Amino acid sequence: MSTEKPLPVIDHDSAPYWQAAHEGRLDIPLCGDCGKHHFYPRAICPHCHSDNLKFDTVSGRGEVHTFTIARRPAGPAFADNVPYVVALIELEEGPRMMSRIQTDDPEKVHIGAKVEVTFVKATDEITFPYFRMT
Amino acid sequence: MKNGRDPVIVGLADAPIEDGKFVTKASVLGHAALVAKAAVEEAGLTLDDVDGLLTAGMWGVPGPGQLATVTLGEYLGIMPTYVDGTNIGGSAFEAHVAHAAMALREGYCEVALIVYSSDQKSLRSRNLGGRPSVLSMQHETPYGMPTPVGGYAMAAQRHMHEYGTTSENLAEIAVATRKWAQLNPAATRRDPLSVDDVLSSTMISEPLHLLDCCLVTDGAGAIVMTTAERARDLKTKPVAVKGYGEAHTHWAIGEMPDLARLLPAQKAGETAMKMAGVSHSDIDVVEVYDSFTITVLLTLEALGFCKIGEGGDFVSGQRTAPGGAFPMNTNGGGLSALHPGMYGMFLLIEATRQLRGVCGDRQVAGAETALVHGTGGTLSSGATVILQKD
Repeated sequence: MSTEKPLPVIDHDSAPYWQAAHEGRLDIPLCGDCGKHHFYPRAICPHCHSDNLKFDTVSGRGEVHTFTIARRPAGPAFADNVPYVVALIELEEGPRMMSRIQTDDPEKVHIGAKVEVTFVKATDEITFPYFRMT
Repeated sequence: MKNGRDPVIVGLADAPIEDGKFVTKASVLGHAALVAKAAVEEAGLTLDDVDGLLTAGMWGVPGPGQLATVTLGEYLGIMPTYVDGTNIGGSAFEAHVAHAAMALREGYCEVALIVYSSDQKSLRSRNLGGRPSVLSMQHETPYGMPTPVGGYAMAAQRHMHEYGTTSENLAEIAVATRKWAQLNPAATRRDPLSVDDVLSSTMISEPLHLLDCCLVTDGAGAIVMTTAERARDLKTKPVAVKGYGEAHTHWAIGEMPDLARLLPAQKAGETAMKMAGVSHSDIDVVEVYDSFTITVLLTLEALGFCKIGEGGDFVSGQRTAPGGAFPMNTNGGGLSALHPGMYGMFLLIEATRQLRGVCGDRQVAGAETALVHGTGGTLSSGATVILQKD
C-alpha cells in the first residue's frame, strides 16, 4: 500500500468546497427551498431533493458527535500519526462531517466537546478542514 | 397457506479451510465452482439444472469481477436465465435469498444457485484502508479513517455514550461466540477466551480491541433454492424460506442517520418477521453478522430482541453462549469460525444446518425456526431471512 497520504479526488460537486477550504473558509451547500444545510456537497438537497442550492460560509463551530482514537493506522501512509483522532463533527448548522481533531492529548477528546475548524494545508492545491477543541 | 411454488433451500456446501486458508488448491473462481457443484449434487441436482445464478464478491475488480454473475456463469459453463449480482456488502446473500424466493414464486426460475468465494487470506489482500478517496470517500479517506473498523468504533463510542454500554458487554459477545466455536471442529479459533483476554488484547480503534474484530480468512459457500414442489423429488429435506426483508441507509459512516441505532436491521427484521408470521418467541436460533462485537449488539436491539440501549444487559452473563437462553452464532461466527470478507453466506449455511439438525455437539435442541440477519458495508445495509424446518 502507498505511503503517500490519500488526497481527495475533487469533482464538480465538491470543487467549490475544496476551493473555499484552500482559501480558509468552510463553505457547505445551503438549500434555497427547505433552508437546510447539507454535507457532503451534492447536486440535489438530500432533505427535500431541490436543486436550488448555493454554497454558504458557515461558522466552523460544532461539537464532537463521535470519534475514534486510531491506535493502528489506516495503512502505512498514516503510520507516523498514531495515535490520532478521527472524529465526526456535528456543525452548529446541523450537518455532520468527518475530520480530524488536532490535539496533543487524544485522551482528552470526548463526545460533546466543543470544537472549531482549523485549516491544514496538505499540498499546493489541497487544504483540509481539521478541528480543535475550544 | 402452502403453495407448490413456496421457496425452499435444498442444497448447501462450504469449502474446507485450515488456519483460515483454503485447503484445496484452486483459484477464487475454482472454489466458487467446487462449492456450487457440491451444493447442487447434495440436493440430487446438477449444475445443468441451475437456471438462476446469484453472486456477489470482491474478486476481479477492476476486471471480470465487475460483472460477477457473467464471469461466474462463464466459469461454470451454464447459461442462467435469471441472475442477480446485488452487492450490498456482507448481507448480499440474505438479499439474494429474498430475490431468488420472489423469482421462484413468480415462476421466473426453477433452481437458484447462490455462491460466494474469497481467497483474501491466501492473497493477503484485505485492503479496505485503501478505499479510493473518490465521491463520498473524498470526505473520509484522507482523514485516516481506519476502515472498516473505525466506523464500527464510532458507532460503539456513540452507543456507550448514549446508553452506558461497556467494553465488558461487548467482550461477552466475543467470549460466547468462542464457546460455540469450541464445539465446531471446522472453526478457525477454538482456544479458550475470557472477557479479560478481550479487554487486554491490542486496542485497534478505540473502543474496539483486536478481539472485538472478526477474523480474516478465506472461504467459499453455496446455497441451492428451488420450489417446495420440485423439492419433493430431491435428496435433502428442504428448509422453507418463510420471510425476508432488506434495507440500506448509507455508504460513508458519517452519513449513518443514527450511529447508535441500526435502522436497516430494524426495517428488514420487521418486514421479514411480519411476512413469516412469527414473533420473537418463535425464534429458536439466531445467526447474525458479527463483523465486530458492536455489530451484534446493535443488530439484536434493532431486531427487537431487546429494547434499544439494553443490548449490553441482554448479552451479559453469557446469554448467547452454548447452554444460554439465546443460542446465537452457533458455528462460532465471523469472530471465531471464519470471515472471508462477506460473511453473510455462512450465516445462511449454519442456520440451514441447525434446522436440518446436523450440527453435532453444537446442535440447538428442537431448532425449528431460525432468524438470519446479515449486515454489510459499514453498518450500511441489512437483510433478514426467516427459515423454518418444513
